[in-house]
Amino acid sequence: MKEQGRAWKFGDGISTDHIAPGRFYHLRSNLEELAKYALVDAREEFPREVQPGDFVVAGNNFGLGSSREHAAIVIKLAGVKAVFAKSFARIFYRNAINVGLPVLVCNTDEIDDGDRLILDIEKSVVVDETNGKSIQCQPIPPFMREILDSGGLADYIRERGEFPK
Amino acid sequence: MGKTLAEKIIGEHASRDVNAGEIVVANLDLCYVQDGTGPLAVREFNGLGRDRLAMPDRTLIFLDHAAPCPRQELANDHRMLREFAATSGCILFDIGDGVCHQIVLERFAAPGLLIVGADSHTCTSGGVGAFGTGMGSTDVAVAMATGETWFRVPETIRIDVTGELQSGVHSKDLVLHLIGLLGADGATYKSLEFAGQGVANLDVNDRATVANMAVEAGAKTGLFPSDEKTKAHLARYGREQEWRELRADEDASCEKTIAINMNDLVPVVSLPHYVDNVKPIADAECAGVKIDQVFLGSCTNCRIEDIRVFEQIVRGKRVNPGTRTLLTPASRNVFLQALDEGLIDSLVKAGVTIQTPGCGACVGVHGGILGDGERCLATSNRNFKGRMGNPNAFVYLGSPATAAATAIKGELTDPREFLQ
Repeated sequence: MKEQGRAWKFGDGISTDHIAPGRFYHLRSNLEELAKYALVDAREEFPREVQPGDFVVAGNNFGLGSSREHAAIVIKLAGVKAVFAKSFARIFYRNAINVGLPVLVCNTDEIDDGDRLILDIEKSVVVDETNGKSIQCQPIPPFMREILDSGGLADYIRERGEFPK
Repeated sequence: MGKTLAEKIIGEHASRDVNAGEIVVANLDLCYVQDGTGPLAVREFNGLGRDRLAMPDRTLIFLDHAAPCPRQELANDHRMLREFAATSGCILFDIGDGVCHQIVLERFAAPGLLIVGADSHTCTSGGVGAFGTGMGSTDVAVAMATGETWFRVPETIRIDVTGELQSGVHSKDLVLHLIGLLGADGATYKSLEFAGQGVANLDVNDRATVANMAVEAGAKTGLFPSDEKTKAHLARYGREQEWRELRADEDASCEKTIAINMNDLVPVVSLPHYVDNVKPIADAECAGVKIDQVFLGSCTNCRIEDIRVFEQIVRGKRVNPGTRTLLTPASRNVFLQALDEGLIDSLVKAGVTIQTPGCGACVGVHGGILGDGERCLATSNRNFKGRMGNPNAFVYLGSPATAAATAIKGELTDPREFLQ
């Protein structure tokens, strides 16, 4: 499966407060509305201009901070097909897989803001059409890949009943 | 080869020998959600099609982040959570009971337990030698349904602590110093395990502050051994029978060891907007920084010991008229004890504003949101842009003693000035 879209570039240390700020806490049971503020405190124009199929491309430790799964959900609801970063914070990474949002570790220095990207998730390869580079991502660990391929953790458990022993 | 605390605790709950790096499924002792993550967790739980909780008497819901409710949307979330608790048989802690992690520390956490919570500071239980870790709503919903979850057994960074904290220096300074050394992602996916002669000089309040902030270095958990101090903590809450001795084996395999001599530590602050931006408060960069609000609160630093430290410095004085000073006790129990000890009376007379036990201003929902350009010195755990409800404000993190000295002077102040 291949996904195409533009790169939205972010720096290091994008926290869950950048992604789903506490001042919109009251919207957590209204996810479509909360998604209108996705990443607003990192790039104010992002939630207004992001298009379905686009990608978030970041530096180190993306998603540090709170356990709020809403952070992964609002990025997904904004239409983002995958997040690339040099590294992810632990809870965000797990949450993203659990809600069916692909998260891939790679050298994002190769990608500029606005570049057109094609992701081949089977091969964990992203091709930057703008500069012609092909970037290998670290594969998602097999167990987490099964959860992602199910559509997320809830679907995985509904399908299988429990975790494999 | 010996075992780390993480390997021991996860292994006991997976009923087999486990080593760092393995993915295992383990039975849980406790799971919990709060009012920010609970509504989503309950919806996900309901969507799993299970008719009951796996362990209703060990499934907890806390209404602490928006307590009491500032808005109708959140009041409806609270209503939904109360109804779920009533029908599912899980245990509800309502507004005013306090911050989830503090109540867990008082009433549930014990050495060797395996705990997940839909809140990143679930690692606070490491202060009593319980493996606690934060997860998202869906992970905890599955834990509520099945009583188990999967873990990648973390590698361990051992923190070898010697010496003792000097006057005016607190466990908050210890953990901020450590996060400054490690960096905000220096322990990602790892367990931070504390050992060494100095551990005996830290009581459970200190240990809880340190374990609480393990996640600020990216760690999955922060773990202290269980010893006489742990037993004393449990005895204080009538739970001495839940004590067991528990420590990592001396020959356990650790990724690396970091040595910290507490005799050498000084008061420090985290400057905006990252927790690992740690500077001694005596640095020129901190001199004369005007502070509009001081917040003594949160799961990190508003237990009774913290309030005592703060009150001792403020006693008989007035907080600066240019510095709004807020105290949010970590729990009802802490609040009652502070009342009994006369600390609340003293602090109200000093000009401090007392708020309902809960998360309060820490998370930017209500109870102390900052104005544009304003600066807050908080005893909480995060100073990210927007954390306290306004992306145009600035949050500094420090100890309860630093908070007290700063409240009096109205600018970042070394607490040792008040302890001569």
